[in-house]
Amino acid sequence: MSVSSAASLSTEVVLLLWLTLLVPALLGALAWCFPPRRMLPVLLIGAPLVLATLWLLHRVSVSGEFQGTWSPGGLLLHWRLNGLAGLLLLLTQLLLLASASYAVGHRQTFAVAERAYAGFWPLLGGLAVALGLIWVADDLLTLYAALELMGLCAVGMMLLPGKQEALVAGMRYLLYALVGSLAWLLGVALLLGASGRLDMAGLAANAAPGPVTGIAMALLAAGLLLKAAVFPLHGWLAPVHVSAWTPVSALHGALVVKASFFILMQLWQRLVADAVAAAWLLGLLGSLAVLWGGLQAWRADALKQMVAWSTVGQLGYLMLAFPLLAGTSAAVASLAWQATWLQLAGHALAKAAMFMAAGNLVLATGERHLSGLAGISRQLPLSLMTFGIAAVTLMGLPPSAGFTAKWLLLQAAILAGQWLWVAVLVAGTLLTAAYVFRVFRFAFAEDAPHHDVRVLPAGLDLIALLLALSALALGLGAEWPLALLREGGRP
Amino acid sequence: MNGGLLLAALGTSLLAAVVIFLLPERAFRARTGVNLGAAVIKLSLVAWMVWGLRLGHEYAVAFPVLEGLPFVLRADALGIMFAGLSSLLWLFTTVYAIGYLEDSPNRKRFFGFFSLCVASTLGISLAGNLFTFLIFYELLTLSTYPLVVHRGTAKALAAGKVYLRFTLTAGLVLMIGMVALYALAGDIRFGQREILAGLGPEHQPLLVGLFWLLVAGFGVKAALVPLHGWLPRAMVAPAPVSALLHAVAVVKAGAFGIVRLVYDIYGIELSAELGVLHGLVAVAAVTIVFGSLRALAQQELKPRLAYSTVSQVAYIVLGVGLFGPLGTIAALSHLLHQGLMKVTLFFCAGNYAEELGIHRIDELDGAGRRMPLTSLAFTVGALGMIGVPPVVGFLSKWYLGIGAIQAGMPWVIAVLVTSSLLNAAYFLPILGRLWFRPGPDHGVGAWPGERRLGRFETHAWLLVPTMATALFSLMAGMLAGMPFSPLEWATQVTNAEYLR
Repeated sequence: MSVSSAASLSTEVVLLLWLTLLVPALLGALAWCFPPRRMLPVLLIGAPLVLATLWLLHRVSVSGEFQGTWSPGGLLLHWRLNGLAGLLLLLTQLLLLASASYAVGHRQTFAVAERAYAGFWPLLGGLAVALGLIWVADDLLTLYAALELMGLCAVGMMLLPGKQEALVAGMRYLLYALVGSLAWLLGVALLLGASGRLDMAGLAANAAPGPVTGIAMALLAAGLLLKAAVFPLHGWLAPVHVSAWTPVSALHGALVVKASFFILMQLWQRLVADAVAAAWLLGLLGSLAVLWGGLQAWRADALKQMVAWSTVGQLGYLMLAFPLLAGTSAAVASLAWQATWLQLAGHALAKAAMFMAAGNLVLATGERHLSGLAGISRQLPLSLMTFGIAAVTLMGLPPSAGFTAKWLLLQAAILAGQWLWVAVLVAGTLLTAAYVFRVFRFAFAEDAPHHDVRVLPAGLDLIALLLALSALALGLGAEWPLALLREGGRP
Repeated sequence: MNGGLLLAALGTSLLAAVVIFLLPERAFRARTGVNLGAAVIKLSLVAWMVWGLRLGHEYAVAFPVLEGLPFVLRADALGIMFAGLSSLLWLFTTVYAIGYLEDSPNRKRFFGFFSLCVASTLGISLAGNLFTFLIFYELLTLSTYPLVVHRGTAKALAAGKVYLRFTLTAGLVLMIGMVALYALAGDIRFGQREILAGLGPEHQPLLVGLFWLLVAGFGVKAALVPLHGWLPRAMVAPAPVSALLHAVAVVKAGAFGIVRLVYDIYGIELSAELGVLHGLVAVAAVTIVFGSLRALAQQELKPRLAYSTVSQVAYIVLGVGLFGPLGTIAALSHLLHQGLMKVTLFFCAGNYAEELGIHRIDELDGAGRRMPLTSLAFTVGALGMIGVPPVVGFLSKWYLGIGAIQAGMPWVIAVLVTSSLLNAAYFLPILGRLWFRPGPDHGVGAWPGERRLGRFETHAWLLVPTMATALFSLMAGMLAGMPFSPLEWATQVTNAEYLR
């Protein structure tokens, strides 16, 4: 089902797609020169991008997958827009818009250097372009370029606070990212040498199963796992979030780490879809990530660190897709496929909301530590409520995307008879509940003194709340995106 | 098909929750108005559906969430019965809670989650399949947590932790059972008993396993021994929360889940064929006796009532386990009866605590003279629990008894007699203290913490709901033969169950 009814290239789709992908860079540059001061203009300028993506999705749902090529300077680059890519593009645009608006409000309350604040915008634009390219790219060269751009922009954003700890953590992140890129580049070179092709379809057709493909895939996987912070290569993740700005953390936790997972999944399905043992290895790594990430989040003292460790754990759920997709029946594979992307989208929305809610709590109280939040439910009920709603999705409790995804994942695991993953899901849920409710045990205490709370712009809480609620809505309204996923997108 | 009414009923409490969260903490009048308005509107909507159901109307609404797995709300006779109970008691409990929490902090948070909790209970009663049921069941867990820890003391927070450990684990067990059942047989609407019955004998061991998995999941909320550990600890919550938890919301949701499972998913015939009903009766019997014994050992009023709940809710499970229409009638009617009586008892306990500062049973001496109306209500509730006619509890035990004989399990009678004796042993001394012991002879002020609340023996907002639920407990027993009485409704549901 790889090339679904290759719809005739319609010019307006192509035009709009490239506009959606590249306009953010332009906007980023513009905002660099004239850093925005208020939220409303940012919202108004960003909203058409979301609408354009919605329209693209509509076209995809009507006429199926679009694909095409582009040849700048003798290179032949491939792209395709299917249901999955369209949905991820929509998710990206929404989260970018939310983070951009949040960043404006963040600057209004949190004293940041003007230069650093201005520098945020081109990096955001670059990140937007990189993410968009990753979702639609269909060859390894474009993917490589986009991956590098994404990594550099992400590191740059992490360095913006300019503090010592931010620099140390950011440089470590850069180092990890470069090592990951190196592994990726080696893998690409091996594949190019073996099959002479770089586009996905060509690779899938020409790459003979054998040691070369295996080694190349191992290198690619290692590089991507490093960038995706999958256990045991997650060491760089938690430190970079400690001093990063909240909107940056939100974007990073929600999208950046998942882009690498997305690429890995695409490659895996094309090249080594039947490698059961390797898929199980990835599943086991994911399970360990669920346990270790949950445990570390439970032990974390600082609120933002807890949220960051939670990302490590939640990414583990996504890795369970590999064993459930490898060598299983079509029914199981379809369930696991849907579960994975629903989980990814739900987690992206909820994690961004949670980072923002946590950021609001920290910003308003000036307390980084959980114990500093004692009794805060009396003073910041809305931020705490948002945190709680986001947590519902992370715990996989209904009604939320996390719940619906867990239902699908459980069903897939039970149908496939892979009981280990059921146990992992149970343990992960309980661990998540344990660390999330630690926050509430502090927040609901009544014997704590009142805090000196800073009043935040209402927009900050509102953006976080809307994201958290959309993660809930995605749980009950999962039918529409899942129908798009079933249409196509699975190589 | 008329789904609008269902959505309106559910939306009323959800909307109330949202509005309450948006109102500022000090907006006392507006919040009271929203609370009472929503409760009255919801009660009328449910009453309308009760009437419509009698006329043969259908109420259902569904939309797909996953391929082949819809979100279904549907009002059948059983569901609307539970919905009626929860809406009625919500009204009384809201009135009570407004009086009880007067001048205390965090009322906005309390009433917001209180409304969410009631919305979840309504969702549970109107859910049309297990998937929808689970959604509201878990929502109930989440919305009751802030109520349990409301006081914010170390003890309350610790109780909340235990509560979550039990209920979240149970929710997961339930989810796994439901997913497995779905993987086996697809989506089963409540009432489609033929699906599992038609699976064939080779699936029966699996079905038995799943049955116990699901019962274990429900059993935590229903506080079946040995899964009851959270319940006595959750007693640190304010009195209206305890009343709600014990009478309609949490404990009943678990019991209602078991009722749905046996009657509407497996079907009573298949359950009997699988041999799971005997196990259910055994678990219930153990819980009944154990709960009563533990209640006897408690020296404080609220924990004694809590263990009494453990015992009383197991009557419902016992009735479910008795194969035969009389057992079913007993189970279903006790679902309502126990709610009415238990809510009364908890209201009274709250009144004693608020007005006189009484928490221990030995402090109750002579309280009947100081608070005659509250004590009268308590007497009605307690006599009902023991099974003294004409209070409604008598009917439950009567039907359970003859149901046991019909089902060929006469030993259950022994359990009932033992339990009734134990009930008498832990309730009669309280009544004796209330009415026949002299109060503190130093006159006014000798109660542990007396306050003068309002013109009557206590605050009118506390007294009126107490009297009302006590009156309902009496009336439901005396007018049991009238249309729309709990017993008559339970009989209707049972007839539909067995005659189909």
